[in-house]
Amino acid sequence: MRWTRRHVLDTDDWSTEEIQAVLDTTGAMVEVLSRPVRRAPPLRGRTVVLFFAESSTRTRVSFELAARTLSADVVNISASGSSVEKGESLYDTVRTLQALGGDVVVMRHGSSGAPYFVSERTDAAVINAGDGWHAHPTQGLLDAYTLRAALGDLAKKRIVIVGDIVHSRVARSDINALVPLGATITLSGPPTLMPSAWRCGQTPAGTTYEPDLDRALDGADGVIALRLQKERQEGGLLPSLREYTRVWGLTEARVSLMRPGAPVMHPGPMNEGVEIDADVAHGARSLVERQVTNGVAVRMALLYLLVGTPTLEAS
Amino acid sequence: MLLGADDVRRAISRIAHEIVERDRDLSSLAIIGIRSRGDVLAARLRDAIRANENATVPLGSLDITLYRDDLTRIGYAPIVHESALDFSVDDKVVVLVDDVLFTGRTIRAAMDALVDYGRPRAIRLAVLVDRGHRELPIRADFVGKNVPTKPSDDVRVHLTEVDGRDEVELIARERVSA
Repeated sequence: MRWTRRHVLDTDDWSTEEIQAVLDTTGAMVEVLSRPVRRAPPLRGRTVVLFFAESSTRTRVSFELAARTLSADVVNISASGSSVEKGESLYDTVRTLQALGGDVVVMRHGSSGAPYFVSERTDAAVINAGDGWHAHPTQGLLDAYTLRAALGDLAKKRIVIVGDIVHSRVARSDINALVPLGATITLSGPPTLMPSAWRCGQTPAGTTYEPDLDRALDGADGVIALRLQKERQEGGLLPSLREYTRVWGLTEARVSLMRPGAPVMHPGPMNEGVEIDADVAHGARSLVERQVTNGVAVRMALLYLLVGTPTLEAS
Repeated sequence: MLLGADDVRRAISRIAHEIVERDRDLSSLAIIGIRSRGDVLAARLRDAIRANENATVPLGSLDITLYRDDLTRIGYAPIVHESALDFSVDDKVVVLVDDVLFTGRTIRAAMDALVDYGRPRAIRLAVLVDRGHRELPIRADFVGKNVPTKPSDDVRVHLTEVDGRDEVELIARERVSA
């Protein structure tokens, strides 16, 4: 398959072949990261701009490491302390990025759809590192890679995603990456934190909703717990964090309802003792640290695959 | 046809002997094939050395895609395959193996990739076919067959493991005028 995509905005319209190409390339990048010299030259002389208008440490550091491992130069622009805070419009920021000559713009933004706006106004390749409640494609792809490495083929595997689904770009991107690979997904969590159509039975293809977490986990092949934002309780969507933990928190007893050895994942940062018990987070089933390592490799794979975009070619 | 199945077999057998003649200390020898097809030839050389000398030398394969010097020219990202090198190359005599030696750019890339794994004592080069037209100062230490070609010709190596038969063919092409 020849890679032709210019941006990574959302994986909702990706073919199975495209997702597989990213995961296969990720495997090669994992090998690069295991070498004594963790550096390869394909992006030498290229500039990757990290534009994070919403705070993030993990994702930004992961992208930075990925870009540097492929020998790119990295420029950081964060919202705090930059012109964004001084009231510059997104459009003006984009024009500035364009004038600086970045080849790839990796961006995180609080507004859903912001990366689309940027991609239409720059020559650079745009990678969405999370936009509002919409999508976080690199997280979905790294979760797919991690699960595929742990379980082999994902066909007919059933993965549970539990937590605050409605506000979660991670849940949406996990669905978009895992379902094309043949997995089925059981969503679980409080009905107040489910999109209303999904709660009423109209879930996306390949997914079902099961509010009872024990029933969802019974015989499952893996589980992804989502981070619970504490402000959801203040917003009246949850009676209390303690009740959430009692009903939807991952405990050792709950995860052992899954198949033997079925993995536990979390996109981080974890609220240990809220959505996941410390024993589970650091237990034998936990792939949380593997997710972090694989995250760098997935981002390397995407940065590499965009090497053929016209601006990179011309520069 | 440049080489038939018997020619390929004899060439590999001869190169296996030449490798050992040149570096008699088999304990420091390693064979690394360049994907794809160089890795197949490397495995055959390893097997031949094992049969002749009753010693197993480490075998690895290298994908050089990330090290190509034309990545930003070709307009798309070629598929990267996983390299497999699970031993240390430090202080080893590494024999790089490829099917065809042409411009030398692949070998340059392979050497760049290899030194990211460590510091070999020496790097040697074994190829099944040397077709000339070097663009870099690179030469092979072990050659199956030297073949005079035109730059526009195509030399195709088929190996049983990937193509179902052993054969090297020369496809003459007139240069397409622009």
